[in-house]
Amino acid sequence: MADSGSEEIAVIGNTDLTPSESENNLKNTMVEKGTSLLKMMEISVAEAEKRTGKNAVNMQETYTVYLIETRPVDAASEGTNPVPDSLWRRYSEFELLRNYLLVTYPFSVVPPLPEKRAEFVWHKLSADNMDPDFVERRRVGLENFLLRVASHPDLSSDKIFYSFLTEENGWKETVFETGFQAKADSRLKALNATFRVKNPDKRFAEMKHYGDELQSVISQLLRVRARAADRLYGVYKVHGNYGRVFSEWSAIEKEMGDGLQSAGHHMDAYAASVDDILEEEEHYADQLKEYLFYADALRAVCRKHELTQYELEMAAQDLTSKKQQREELATGTIRTFSLKGMTSKLFGQETPEQREAKVKMLETQIEEGEELVKERNTECEEFVKSAWVDIERFKEQKDHDLREALISYAIMQISMCKKGIQVWNNAKECFSKM
Amino acid sequence: MSGFVVDSTVSSGNSSVAIPTDISGQILDLDEDDDLEVFSKDTTVTDGSSFNASMQTSPASMINQYKFEEDAEDTKDIFVTVDNPESHVTAIETYITYRVVTKTTRSEFDSSEFEVRRRYQDFLWLKGRLEEAHPTLIVHPLPEKFVVKGMVERFNEDFIETRRRALHRFLNKIAEHPIFSSSEDFKIFLTAAPGELTSYKKQGPGFLSRMGETVKAVAAAVRGVRNRPQEFTEMQEYVEAFSQKISSLDKVTQRIVREQKEYLEELKECGPTYALWSQSEEELAEPLKDVAGCVDRCCKETEEQVKNLNDNLIPVLHEYALCTDTLKMRDDLDKAEDRLEWANNALKSDWTRWQKDMRTDLRSAFVDTAERNVNYYEKCLAVWESFLHSQRTDAEGNGNVDFS
Repeated sequence: MADSGSEEIAVIGNTDLTPSESENNLKNTMVEKGTSLLKMMEISVAEAEKRTGKNAVNMQETYTVYLIETRPVDAASEGTNPVPDSLWRRYSEFELLRNYLLVTYPFSVVPPLPEKRAEFVWHKLSADNMDPDFVERRRVGLENFLLRVASHPDLSSDKIFYSFLTEENGWKETVFETGFQAKADSRLKALNATFRVKNPDKRFAEMKHYGDELQSVISQLLRVRARAADRLYGVYKVHGNYGRVFSEWSAIEKEMGDGLQSAGHHMDAYAASVDDILEEEEHYADQLKEYLFYADALRAVCRKHELTQYELEMAAQDLTSKKQQREELATGTIRTFSLKGMTSKLFGQETPEQREAKVKMLETQIEEGEELVKERNTECEEFVKSAWVDIERFKEQKDHDLREALISYAIMQISMCKKGIQVWNNAKECFSKM
Repeated sequence: MSGFVVDSTVSSGNSSVAIPTDISGQILDLDEDDDLEVFSKDTTVTDGSSFNASMQTSPASMINQYKFEEDAEDTKDIFVTVDNPESHVTAIETYITYRVVTKTTRSEFDSSEFEVRRRYQDFLWLKGRLEEAHPTLIVHPLPEKFVVKGMVERFNEDFIETRRRALHRFLNKIAEHPIFSSSEDFKIFLTAAPGELTSYKKQGPGFLSRMGETVKAVAAAVRGVRNRPQEFTEMQEYVEAFSQKISSLDKVTQRIVREQKEYLEELKECGPTYALWSQSEEELAEPLKDVAGCVDRCCKETEEQVKNLNDNLIPVLHEYALCTDTLKMRDDLDKAEDRLEWANNALKSDWTRWQKDMRTDLRSAFVDTAERNVNYYEKCLAVWESFLHSQRTDAEGNGNVDFS
């Protein structure tokens, strides 16, 4: 069997790292870098099950639930291995948790959920949400999500998150009681509105731009990869026809029969091998997808910075205009247009009492305005500080994870090549016996 | 029109050879490393003393003729190569000629080395003559006149090269064939100067094709005989089945090539996408660029592999698919048991020979393909392993990750 010179490069060592092993590497990294939560408990999404029930509009629906298992770390290491605590959750509950985190920790790059619907699929792979392969990949994605949150310095200590993992009943109510929904709605409205910020922090503007680029290039890569996977599937499967024809041909030959027959079997094996190859590649695609969605989370943080900055600028602008109005009233010069001012000009001057009252009102407003500006300024500065810390953390994580992903991709290609070498060497032997 | 066609390209160290059209009394220039006696060329066509199948007319005498040695290849005494395609432009047309070099020790040849230029038409003519003269024997097919696949232009480099190889195989099959290689037409083809060949062709059907007519007449006379030898029937069945299988293999291989080409189209976009991504990154820029490079290199290897299939496996499969058309045509030659026993023997020997040849050709074509595929995967493997190596030494250098 051909061993293509891996002895020469002794440093490589184990090139047979499976994708699940490399995923474990990721998990281990998260645990090692460890938050206090992860030091306390082991978290996993162990199973997925189909359920049927009545939905909000009293119609039958089928949905999938996922089993979240938690286990205290000490017990596992002591080897007593007790039964883990567990509860079932639906995808929509994960979504609720994430929305809560998004609103409550606006300066954090919140880990994304695995995709709701299968996208960037190559055609042999099912786009059906109920497909067992899709469900399995989603289970892995959800576990990854929980571990990401659990390893985040800020998010991991959140109580709602903790109860998500540990309290099956009444969790939804608890979340709604926080009132995050109201904040969410107003935030959402504000984020969707177009506004221009005069002095955005340059770093955030750059980050947002990077987020855009990352999203665009990963989408493109996923699309291209899916199409290539499709084609590769075709190449391998057509070789199955060799298997069939060789087999038929061997039936009419005398001396060539055996060689042809066994060569045919190898062709069948070759054709079949593509299924595993492409399944492994889906893991890689999933890793890319996670960062595709992370790009969105990153952009969300940048948008939130813009929003806080904008609100600060609006408050400052309002304050300035109020101060100017006061000055005009005091000196009698009109520099700022106001309807009241114009009408009073047209219909006669106002009385000194009226003017007094106006000035008093303005003074109050200016006082309030200054408070508001101070508030918002602090808000802005704190946001910038916290957000930038998390962005730096995210950058490091991203660089590490994606590099690992590229390495695991190389390992996959190596494995595919090794299989190909083996099959064709076997086939060659059979052919030479023809 | 100039009487000289000069071989202006240099190939494998041969010196330039000028072949004049009128060679009577002149000496041919040969390879400098050959220590040979050079004879002046006698342009008479027939030579009564040589073993020449086309001379006999009676079926009885043919019986003796067709009993030949099966293992003649041990004493191969004629070597033919086809190379050096050259384009010729005249007022009427543009065409390609190929250099045909013959080296032989056979006595019926006046010299031991010949070099001529022939065009596709000439090969077609030769094939036609052989088929006419020996309707019961199997003549190896020629590549088709035009490639029907649409895109290939007639004088495209790949097309010319593929054709050259097929023409080379064709002539070698003839040269290896115990009967065909003794054909006068074959000899003329290999040795005659262009003008000579043209006039020989013009000779008209002549008694060579009259011989063919004789055979056909005899064959027609025994048509419709009820008893067919069991073997013959088996052969026809085999031919039918084999023909299907070979056709299928030809189609499957062509489909594989199509799929590979489409895969290549998509793969070609992957590398640039990774490269584009690397432009937005800092730490990741290096590994992304490396991956882009790896993908691009694999693309090149895939292109090579597709070309190999096209150039090597497909032509061979195609030729055998064409062969079977010839084989099937012989259905109208029913053989009686007592009459034309010569034809039966000849048929059987030729058939056995052909089967052996087929086995050798197809075996080596498939072994070759398998080898190339192994090669392809080995090259891609090396590409990715070197990437992995660079990543791991990088990481260990930076003290980032522990790969133990």
